[in-house]
Amino acid sequence: MAVLDIRQRTGWLFAIFTVAHLVLISTQVKTRGVPLFESVTFGAFAEVQRGTTSAVGRVRDTWQNYFALQQIRRENEDLTHEVAQLRIKLQTERAVAERSRTLEGLLELRSQTALTTTGAGVIGGAANPEFRTMTIDKGARDGLKGDMAVIAPEGVVGRIILPTSRASKVQLLIDRNAAAGALIERTRAQGVVRGLGTSRLQLEYLPSSTEVKVGDRVVTAGIDGIYPKGFVIGYVESVQRSGGEYSDIVIKPAVDFSSLEAVLVVLTPPPTVAETDQAVTGVEKDAGASAAPVAPRSGTPAVSKPRVPPVAETTAPAAPASDVEPSEGR
Amino acid sequence: MKAVSALVAIALALALQTTLARFVISGTAAVDLVLVAVVYVALTSGPVAGMLSGSAAGLIQDALSSGVIGVGGLAKLIVGFFVGVIGQQFIMTAALPRLVMFLGATALHAIVFVGLYAGMNAALNVPMFPVSWRALLGQGLGNALIGIVAFAIIEALPGAVERRRMSRGAKR
Repeated sequence: MAVLDIRQRTGWLFAIFTVAHLVLISTQVKTRGVPLFESVTFGAFAEVQRGTTSAVGRVRDTWQNYFALQQIRRENEDLTHEVAQLRIKLQTERAVAERSRTLEGLLELRSQTALTTTGAGVIGGAANPEFRTMTIDKGARDGLKGDMAVIAPEGVVGRIILPTSRASKVQLLIDRNAAAGALIERTRAQGVVRGLGTSRLQLEYLPSSTEVKVGDRVVTAGIDGIYPKGFVIGYVESVQRSGGEYSDIVIKPAVDFSSLEAVLVVLTPPPTVAETDQAVTGVEKDAGASAAPVAPRSGTPAVSKPRVPPVAETTAPAAPASDVEPSEGR
Repeated sequence: MKAVSALVAIALALALQTTLARFVISGTAAVDLVLVAVVYVALTSGPVAGMLSGSAAGLIQDALSSGVIGVGGLAKLIVGFFVGVIGQQFIMTAALPRLVMFLGATALHAIVFVGLYAGMNAALNVPMFPVSWRALLGQGLGNALIGIVAFAIIEALPGAVERRRMSRGAKR
């Protein structure tokens, strides 16, 4: 029976497993992804994450509510909530004002389209320190689909890359595989914001004639079919030029990804550029057509701000300027 | 029993990693707890257990991340195998050899992981992982610190329980 004892065949076992992994990887080189395995594993482990988060949350809540200063904490929560709401309102109104200066005011009807959002709680972070993802506690059962934008009161969080029935994997904007169409709010110059896998972003493909200053606000351009236009991505932290071209523009994200506890998922996809153009030129005849975008969705993220609370669904006025109202109720 | 212990160690490391990762998500990832668990299993149970646990843990990590599935699995499989082999050849009970082992495991993992992504860069258009020796050393030291402390606690546990039991018996 020694022949069957795997402990006596360590070298063979190692070779077999190595080849199996290489086959698995090469499969993805051709087809890009093994959704079934990924989905099943992610779905199963999301439950573990949910349990762990719940247990940790209970211990923390017990400590904070019974051993710490109960009253002060409540007041602090109320004030934090109020500040978040005011910040959302401020951002919304700023976006409305900015938007009104452009010819996109012609898209009146389109702009009035409601953005439907739903709140979700964060139940886990990335399992691999090389990637920037997180797990939220809502999935396909709640109407979530791949490539839906995920936002927070401060700005854009990321996009859903894998919804399972009860949980979803969210690729953060800072992930090295993430990108989003963006523009500098002050000059309206468009570029692409790319994640670096660190705590910063990089702004690329910006025209060399554009002026960029440290502190400039960078918002979503709404050209990627994922993120509604006008939501805050972050602020320019440093600018480097070489030979007249911008060589390195570093963006500090508006969102503090390490303190996210709840987010909003945008259930209504934003209008695509093609749809927008049609609306502007009046070519689009079907006034009742839904706003569902057709454009391919690459892997771009970005966009910002509504109030986040979990659980309840919220409907918010669309566009960058959308009043995404916070769902109350934590 | 050892298999169950290994599974528990891996599951615990994954749960802790995903829970704690939320709080350091925007900073430099200082430790890879799953790698620590794989090294622990490999040192205590040999190359086969190290390889199997490394493969399983890495695949789960891949599935929970946004990368290519199999890369992390292969990296941890190789680490688990070689740590297990070395653990059988040398005495690894002192802190210094373990420190070296954790540092070496972190470096080997990074080399395989980054190397595979570099190899696939053209085919998959996957962004390259820039190698930062400083970050790598930081992660290696973080892993080593946690691993050595975990080893010490786990090894001290049975003795502490026994002493407690005996002292209770003596009182009676």
